[in-house]
Amino acid sequence: MKKTYEIEVDCANCASKMETAAKKTAGVKDAVVNFMTQKMIVEFEDGQDKDEVMERVLEACKKVESDCEIYL
Amino acid sequence: MIQELIIDGLLVVVIIACLILFKIASDNMTKKQKKNLKRIFIATVILLLVQTLGVKVFAYFGDNRWLRLSVYLLIYYIIGSDIVYKAYKGIKNGQVFDENFLMVVASLGALLLAIIQNGDYMEAIAVMLFYQVGEWFQSYAVGRSRKNITELMDIRPDYANIEVDGKITKVDPDEVKIGDTIIVKPGEKVPLDGIVIEGHSALDTAALTGESLPRDVKVDDEIISGCINMTGLLKIKTTKLFGESTVSKILDLVENASSRKSKSEDFIAKFARFYTPIVCYAALALAIIPPVFLYFSGNDPEVYTWIYRALSFLVASCPCALVISIPLSFFAGIGGASKEGILIKGSNFLETLSKTDTVVFDKTGTLTKGVFEVVAIHHNKKAKEELLYYAASAESASSHPISKSILKAYGKDIDTSKVKDIEEISGEGVKALVDGKVVLAGNDKLMKRFGIEYKDCHSIGTIVHIAIDEIYEGHIVIADIEKPNAKKAIEALKEAHVQKTVMLTGDKEKVANLVASDLKIDEYYSELLPQDKVSKVEALLDEEKGGKLAFVGDGINDAPVLSRADIGIAMGAMGSDAAIEAADIVLMDDDPLKIAKAIKISKKCLRIVYQNIVFSIFIKIMTLILVALGFANMWLAVFADVGVMILAVLNAIRCLFVSKL
Repeated sequence: MKKTYEIEVDCANCASKMETAAKKTAGVKDAVVNFMTQKMIVEFEDGQDKDEVMERVLEACKKVESDCEIYL
Repeated sequence: MIQELIIDGLLVVVIIACLILFKIASDNMTKKQKKNLKRIFIATVILLLVQTLGVKVFAYFGDNRWLRLSVYLLIYYIIGSDIVYKAYKGIKNGQVFDENFLMVVASLGALLLAIIQNGDYMEAIAVMLFYQVGEWFQSYAVGRSRKNITELMDIRPDYANIEVDGKITKVDPDEVKIGDTIIVKPGEKVPLDGIVIEGHSALDTAALTGESLPRDVKVDDEIISGCINMTGLLKIKTTKLFGESTVSKILDLVENASSRKSKSEDFIAKFARFYTPIVCYAALALAIIPPVFLYFSGNDPEVYTWIYRALSFLVASCPCALVISIPLSFFAGIGGASKEGILIKGSNFLETLSKTDTVVFDKTGTLTKGVFEVVAIHHNKKAKEELLYYAASAESASSHPISKSILKAYGKDIDTSKVKDIEEISGEGVKALVDGKVVLAGNDKLMKRFGIEYKDCHSIGTIVHIAIDEIYEGHIVIADIEKPNAKKAIEALKEAHVQKTVMLTGDKEKVANLVASDLKIDEYYSELLPQDKVSKVEALLDEEKGGKLAFVGDGINDAPVLSRADIGIAMGAMGSDAAIEAADIVLMDDDPLKIAKAIKISKKCLRIVYQNIVFSIFIKIMTLILVALGFANMWLAVFADVGVMILAVLNAIRCLFVSKL
């Protein structure tokens, strides 16, 4: 399942840092961060609770880029 | 003295710039940008006051060095607290070596040196201040250009007006079912794909295709979502769900783009990963080795000088310019292209496209319209219109593309009551009774079957011979015609330094030859089956030396070829899912000129990327050398860093402006 989230991130490099962090998060099959449209598209693994996974994604992103924001 | 004047002047410039920005641009700033601008402003004002009046004030308090220190620390706190915090978090999370870390070590180091020597704190503050100014500028410039793009790509409809029992209600486009009737008022976006059942209007398709000319629609016309209804009220019967509608597909493409990284981006990411630790250790070495060496060779070790140089070295080494500008260039290039109706699925494709030297076309649907049209009527005694009337009447019941094109050329309604005894002879044509006359319309086999003498035609295309009451009356030539821009498109490709153009077609040799020579295509291969096209493209791929091969198709039957080529370009493919899936680049309308445009955009973008890489690395290395040898101080290091970043970002933003290419 795929879901799109609005995000706020300042620089293109930080966006790719977020993408890498999100991809590595448990429960995430794939993640794409689009800097231009300020969107994060997350594909979840089957049988995962997406809200729970997104909590982890947000935490992981905050670690690599403390300024970023994901609007859950 | 001169340096102090310059510094004061700079601070005044920053203050004025802040004031102007607050006045004219505060609506365009995010909260964070506003906050940071305020911080920069306050810190600069205090700094200027301390610089100009400080000496007297401090003298009044008896030149207490701790008072002086605490004033400067306050300024440092105002301007640099968040960077220090970020660096701390980075260290805590194991991401030690980043820009924040470099800046904090350099500025805190300079501050410590100043404390020990009771010297000038200005430099330490300036490092932070100008780093922040650079960051702010970068964030603002990027934000503005991003808004620029997203506003133009803002095609997502917020609601649909659905009509149930004569009442209109606003609903989420997701809730509309196939076959529902929706109403689109002037000024609204068409939310779902469908067919017009009432009204006529002009549509603005600029957001979809980049085409600025409005398109007229009337009853029974198909309408695609994402267009803006400009003039009249339209009633539309939906044919697709929102999720399958054009607008969703496009948004999906745009939002999913650039997940695939280009080689240059990978290079920069890897570069930054190694580079930052390396410069940190180099700076450490610069602080330790020369003093130790000097000490053991019996000279004055000049410890502070070397530490100062090492700190300046750190400031100068910051890789921001590269790390920020390279991904930004690709984002901007892809954004600029999508504004022109060219959707590029990832920055790697933009990169590959720029290296294209061979473009292979599938003829039908890309260079030619892919619909058959009557191109000539060679008549005997009867008038053209009369001949066309009989042919159209005889063919009126058939759904064959040839029949359809004749009916279209005739253009009027056929009175079917006048047409009787229609007999279709498969592979040959039709026989029918029109106005009591026996009409034969078909190829030479049909004529031979009925023993009618016919004339061969020199024109290329499909020939429909017509005989009325056993008398040969002439023939109609039907052909797939070239797109109006096809010739220009091939010329434009040559201009864009494409070495070779190749045309593949399933059509007959004669037709292929005519089209290829007319359009000045270098090579063509005719009478190919779909699987032959794949092997032909593979053969051409083998011939490539260093360059890349792009294949352009309309998405019908050529999905395998699209995925086999280095770059697959699907044209006007908004209807075909397979093509969107298989292609790397999707052209939203079917104008072949866009191919050359896409190549030009990619070349411009890559040129900017290389400019930025070479320029930034060159300046970095130069300043690093100057700093290490003691020819440049921390001031110069800051300006080199911030200056290069601002220039690189401005240069990257140029990728957005591609409409004139």
